[in-house]
Amino acid sequence: MISRRDFLQVGMAASAVVGASGFGNWAKLAARQKLTQDKLLEFGKFGNVSLIHITDIHAQLKPIYFREPEVNIGVGPNRGLVPHITGSDFRKAYGLVDGSPSAYALTHDDFASLAREYGKVGGLDRVATVVNAIRSDRPDAILLDGGDTWHGSYTCYHTKGQDMVNVMNALKPDAMTFHWEFTLGQERLREMVGKLPFGALGQNIFDAEWDEPSEEFEDYRFFERGGVRIAVIGQAFPYMPIANPGWMFPDFSFGIRDNRMREIVGEVREQGADLVVALSHNGFDVDKRMAGNVEGIDVMLSGHTHDAIPEPVVVGNTVIVASGSNGKFVSRIDLDVQNGQMKGFRHKLIPIFSDVIEPDPEMTALIDMQRAPYLDKMKEVVGRTESTLYRRGNFNGTWDDLICGALIDERDADIALSPGVRWGPSLIPGDDITREDIWNVTSMTYGKAYRVEMSGEFLKVVLEDVADNIFNPNPYYQQGGDMVRVGGMGYSIDVSKPQGERISDMTLLKSGEVIDPARNYVVAGWASVNENTEGPQIWDVVENHVRKLGTVEVTPNRNVKVSGT
Amino acid sequence: MEFTRRETMATGGAAVLTAMMPVPSFAMVDDLVDEFTGGADMAEGGVNLVAPEIAENGNTVPIEVSADGAVAIMVLATGNPLPPVATFNFGPLAGESRAKTRIRLAGTQDIVAVAKMADGSFARTQKTVKVTIGGCGG
Repeated sequence: MISRRDFLQVGMAASAVVGASGFGNWAKLAARQKLTQDKLLEFGKFGNVSLIHITDIHAQLKPIYFREPEVNIGVGPNRGLVPHITGSDFRKAYGLVDGSPSAYALTHDDFASLAREYGKVGGLDRVATVVNAIRSDRPDAILLDGGDTWHGSYTCYHTKGQDMVNVMNALKPDAMTFHWEFTLGQERLREMVGKLPFGALGQNIFDAEWDEPSEEFEDYRFFERGGVRIAVIGQAFPYMPIANPGWMFPDFSFGIRDNRMREIVGEVREQGADLVVALSHNGFDVDKRMAGNVEGIDVMLSGHTHDAIPEPVVVGNTVIVASGSNGKFVSRIDLDVQNGQMKGFRHKLIPIFSDVIEPDPEMTALIDMQRAPYLDKMKEVVGRTESTLYRRGNFNGTWDDLICGALIDERDADIALSPGVRWGPSLIPGDDITREDIWNVTSMTYGKAYRVEMSGEFLKVVLEDVADNIFNPNPYYQQGGDMVRVGGMGYSIDVSKPQGERISDMTLLKSGEVIDPARNYVVAGWASVNENTEGPQIWDVVENHVRKLGTVEVTPNRNVKVSGT
Repeated sequence: MEFTRRETMATGGAAVLTAMMPVPSFAMVDDLVDEFTGGADMAEGGVNLVAPEIAENGNTVPIEVSADGAVAIMVLATGNPLPPVATFNFGPLAGESRAKTRIRLAGTQDIVAVAKMADGSFARTQKTVKVTIGGCGG
């Protein structure tokens, strides 16, 4: 198990003064050490303020596997920059040893065998242990949740997010911001937000009718810690009504709103903020750009794009921290703030190795209580996998290939489309596929599987449009997901081209024929943002398919040819 | 179930409102600007245009224009069949030269704002607004 391996201390990286570059002295900190909880938590308290960041938990209460992306292409000014480096390039950039725990936590290669060796990651009872340890070191540390918390599991769906609220309340965050939470519907969301014992923040959450800042969410909240006045400003996901069904929350409008962020930063500075923190669900490249556009943000806690970056990226005077997803990481940031200025910081991206970090027993009990009414249903074994099932990556993942196969077979379609979301844990060869596993990669409040006819011309329009949401060179025009996953059809994509020219060679796989723009094809998909979509729930479609297969084996998908990277 | 073209566009992830209408030529936009400015030179900047990067709903896109000391601001939607959106005139009693409205956009396009200042000079700015429906942000 994990303790036998040499461990490169993850995160132990940046202890730098403001303005230092992102790639620090990671390699120097590499040491042959036994992996223990103490080592994972070792920090060396610094300065006078501690922030704890967790984001994009997607309702993963229990430990899971999570394979980081193999393909994560950066375009325009972000080409080749973190987080758009993967695999060996990533390990080289941060001095990670192949096969080390850090390599397992942060890169995709050799995933199944490393997963067997190092075990699962995450689990909010382990996260609780880490948070408690930081609080025992610095009792007034500020815990901030970047959102996408109340979505993504069987229990979260059935309790309408209550399981996550109950567990997170016990973790005692100081504030959170939002994205998928809105897909619970605005009435349920209001009910939950109204009772939160911590700040519900979003300077860019607007009243849609009046185009004015919503009074239901705070722009920011002040905290006083060790004589330092800290303003935490919320930035919710800017493109919710576009990427998700706007009809579920018609009273709200979002957007990036640089101008307003600038005003709010000015406002909190005027009120005496010594430290300005943005708790953001923009996505990493958008956060980088915003940090460049808006002066005066000291720390940007970045969520949405699920990037786990072992060292902060510094833009101007802003330190940007990205803390992964699915409960796999917690970031600790210690800051030295003197006379209204950030003088330095120390940061650690703490990987939650669930076999190394002791679960907090009270939290385990609380989590199990949420799960108990549903446990029998969730744990039912539907099938078994011989392949690693994962989703993350710009193009198809094996989970999506399986889902697309289910859509084609169960819905009798030529072509399947599956949304390019970034949530969904992984399974390794030999694992049972339980109902819970299927829900972990499909559960949502708009999961009905539609079946429609689309012309070849229209299919190209769809692919071009989604591609521009990922590969537009200006990150403000990106929505932060991955490419729509396609079954039954192959295509080529040149990511360097403008919208309308990226996609070519669309081919119907079952016949090998070129897609005819004038012909109609039967297309099955799920997660339509349209109201009144009809069809069976996607998790039932996938469950039926897996049950029929018994044992799942997914061959590598070579039907998407990528160029221009 | 019945899917209209527009509804269907959102299903796969996302889709742009394809321009099925005649797209005005850039010359037409230039002509409109020239008509407003009398062909005078324009400074870039000095007029502010606030618009979303991606429209939440292309049928009603909130925009705001302002320019200190402007007597008039013209707004053009360069990709609409009829680009002129509005020209706001500000009299001497106007507290500030600022206007907000909602506009309809036929598709992804540049919005242009040209301000006429009290001294007869002009300033211009533009911003791309993307119109897309539905998506896979995750």
